[in-house]
Amino acid sequence: MATVVSYTARPRRTLQALMLAFAVAIGVTAYALVGLGRFQELPDDLLQYGIGAVVLAVVLQLVVTWRAPYADPVILPIALLLNLIGIAVIASVDSAIGLYTSRTTSYADRQELWAVVGIVVCSLVLVGLRDHRILRRYTWIAAVCGAALLLLPMLPFIGSEINGSRIWIKVAGYSFQPAELAKIFFAVFFAGYLVSRRDTLALAGPKVLGIQFPRWADFGPILVAWAFSLAVLVVETDLGTSIMFFGLFVAMLYVATDRLSWLVIGAIMFVPPAIIAVTQVARVRTRLTCWLDPMSSENFDRCRQINNGLFGLANGGISGTGLGEGRPNVVSFAHSDFIYTVIAEEMGMIGAFAVLVLYLVLVERALRAAVGISDGFGTLLAGGLGFVLALQVFVVVGGITRVIPLTGLTLPFLASGGSSLVCNWIVVGILVRLSDAARRPAARQVPGLASSAPAAAPAASASTRAEGAR
Amino acid sequence: MNKPLRHVWLVIALLFVLLFTSTTYFQVFAAGRLNADGRNSRTLYNEFGRNRGPIVVDGTPIAWSEESDDTYGYLRTYEPGGMYAPVTGYYSVRYGFAGLERSLNDTLSGDADSLFYQRIADTLSGRATQGATVELTLDAEAQQVAYEALGDRRGAVVALDPTTGEILAMVSTPSYDPNQLASHDTGAVTQAWSDLNEDPERPLSNRAIAGDLYPPGSTFKLLVAATALDSGGYTKDSVIPGPGTYTLPGSSSVMNNHAGGGQEPCGPDDRSTLQSALQQSCNTSFAMLGVELGAETLQAKTAEYGFGDRMSIPLGVTPSRIGSDLDDAQLATTSIGQYEDRVTPLQMAMVAGSFANDGVVMEPNLVRSVRTQDLRTVSELSPQERSQPLSAANAAQMREMMVATVEDGTGSAAQIDGVEVGGKTGTAEWGEGRPAHSWFVGYAQAGDRKVAVAVIVEEGGYGSQVAAPIAKDVMEAVIDQ
Repeated sequence: MATVVSYTARPRRTLQALMLAFAVAIGVTAYALVGLGRFQELPDDLLQYGIGAVVLAVVLQLVVTWRAPYADPVILPIALLLNLIGIAVIASVDSAIGLYTSRTTSYADRQELWAVVGIVVCSLVLVGLRDHRILRRYTWIAAVCGAALLLLPMLPFIGSEINGSRIWIKVAGYSFQPAELAKIFFAVFFAGYLVSRRDTLALAGPKVLGIQFPRWADFGPILVAWAFSLAVLVVETDLGTSIMFFGLFVAMLYVATDRLSWLVIGAIMFVPPAIIAVTQVARVRTRLTCWLDPMSSENFDRCRQINNGLFGLANGGISGTGLGEGRPNVVSFAHSDFIYTVIAEEMGMIGAFAVLVLYLVLVERALRAAVGISDGFGTLLAGGLGFVLALQVFVVVGGITRVIPLTGLTLPFLASGGSSLVCNWIVVGILVRLSDAARRPAARQVPGLASSAPAAAPAASASTRAEGAR
Repeated sequence: MNKPLRHVWLVIALLFVLLFTSTTYFQVFAAGRLNADGRNSRTLYNEFGRNRGPIVVDGTPIAWSEESDDTYGYLRTYEPGGMYAPVTGYYSVRYGFAGLERSLNDTLSGDADSLFYQRIADTLSGRATQGATVELTLDAEAQQVAYEALGDRRGAVVALDPTTGEILAMVSTPSYDPNQLASHDTGAVTQAWSDLNEDPERPLSNRAIAGDLYPPGSTFKLLVAATALDSGGYTKDSVIPGPGTYTLPGSSSVMNNHAGGGQEPCGPDDRSTLQSALQQSCNTSFAMLGVELGAETLQAKTAEYGFGDRMSIPLGVTPSRIGSDLDDAQLATTSIGQYEDRVTPLQMAMVAGSFANDGVVMEPNLVRSVRTQDLRTVSELSPQERSQPLSAANAAQMREMMVATVEDGTGSAAQIDGVEVGGKTGTAEWGEGRPAHSWFVGYAQAGDRKVAVAVIVEEGGYGSQVAAPIAKDVMEAVIDQ
């Protein structure tokens, strides 16, 4: 991370084109293998699928070359590759359900559609958002939007409870998980808020037991964030979303202030509500049981989903059954929440590791952009988005592999679901924009922002720090 | 803000290390345990998703796997089902396997150690692995004749080649249709399973080798006669006592000389030759002969024929037995095939067969060969001697006595024109007020072709009337070929 020296002003657009081609090649091959594995024949729509993937890759390449020529060449190929692997694996789930059960599903077709929407939206972000610092203007609007989105599912009529979690809204027949979009708004808000307050927040308050506490006056926003997470936890009974928001806030707070005390306080504040949830909410309590002891005979039926997922992992072994040759129809929600078990079953430990490494590289690229960028807002935004991506992967995969209790989050780019996919493409669009700013030879002047006083000060201080690091 | 970002990266790296570790744990270290878990439906699917090898009789498959468009991938199919069910058993998604499907599961599924190189070759050539083909020793015609001859009566027939031990027919009735249990329609399978289990005629039990076993009745006299010959003190022409009634030693019970209460003595002066006693099936003659020979001698000789031994053909065979710690009264009834004598038809066929094979008992077997899908032979049956309880000369005497029994005695219904047929009927009483079980145990030979049979018809009455004609049909089917 410290090797800031490596940021020389090279666009590396050819490298990105090669990697995009590579991603398309792997993704389309995977799609073909699913058909071969399940039905011993190539999928009927392989040609259209391949052409579609190529077109999307070309669109991404052109938009980046046009609007963000210095952007990190790795981010988009990884996002595209994850998205294509996800579609292949979802197609495998579809085919298994169609072949082995009396149901038919078409999750893959929908996911393909959403991938197109996501990539178009990502392109629009790159075209429309010429400079990430514009977002800072909307700090408080983002806060309101984020809060509204997060609270929407609690409203009657449009709020909808699916599988015990009230994290969905339903409008005109379309269901939508607003938390995914709220994630982006909150990241923008936290970045904007913290960058202007970081100096005051970092000021020493009372010291208790060797920990530097913030001043009471600065405590308010933290309490608000905490209360929000709590509300999500209690009303929507969704531990995953709750962890994601509070984790995002605490991590960004830590990056902004460099005060370890914030992490400690955050952790301590989150423990009581988590305990309450575990002991009081039946659904969360079940998940705790299934985390600790899913295989015992009295728990086995209740924990069927996680057990069948683990059986899938075991069936995959090191090298996997092969794409289209696993039994994902056995696991409920194999196309969304439990897609990791399908990857691990059909592509084995090797495939699962490859996917985890892809995420790790994506997160590393986000943090690298955070380090390289010259303004505090950008650093916080990139760092926050990168961290929340990693946290989401950890919560999902950790839940499936019994590192932590299972929660209701989905794997970014892989899991079936329109709102999640489109929102993650927005995140990637913002990250590409941020990485472009980080790798640009000289900070460009954006008209109308140069005179913006609050932006100038932290930007300056950030650049001096960056200088210091060199 | 670089330092905290580095810390964040460190935390993320640690979290991912946890994920790599947990994934490795479940995919590598816990995989064996999870795959072996009985509640893991994938294991079942993997098992049933295999192209299991066929079971073949006379070149025609009687059980094979057919591709099916459902969860399992293959459907086990039996044709004809009921006739071979006691041999093939069933292969059920819901209730597991039985019969050869169970005994030879590793071979049929391709998992056996002997098929290791085949699996490697299949993997390397990218060919779908198929289990091995199991070819049986059964003779389709003999099986068919036996199955039809038993008809809707309860009973069993075993026919074997005494010189090789190859089992030519093994029928148990009433039978069942294994297709019903192999079906992938779980509702229908559950129904069929409970019907079969609640059926008072117990179609699922293999009466030929397992089931509850049967008292051998008079057919046991063959073993007493053989023991007497082998003791050296008797020949077929030895004169032995055979009174009309026999008061059991140390008891007030009286044994009648003939089944059904007949009290005619075996011959003038209450005496007859051994052969004549066997021809007439005199009870008192053999009861007294048994007591004379002693319990230990009889135990030892029957053990040489296979009594008390858990054979594997490779179906598991329930050991036949005679009682232990017998006093003389018990020994007397044991010697006429009652008391605690319990035998399988297979065991009795082995006894009869040994006489036709110069006294040598061959190891019985159902499997002629195991071949891979590309017809390479993995293993082939080589006839094995099991024991020789009787000298060839004494075996010849046994044959003479048995031929006499068929030609001029209780077994006349088993006669076949132009063929040497020897045998012994039995009428085994087994319950107060119930009709006796009907037995015939014997052999036939014409030239080099030999066959030994054991037939039992439950509650069939006199063996001479019911079992002997069935035995005749089966022996004829084999000899005529």
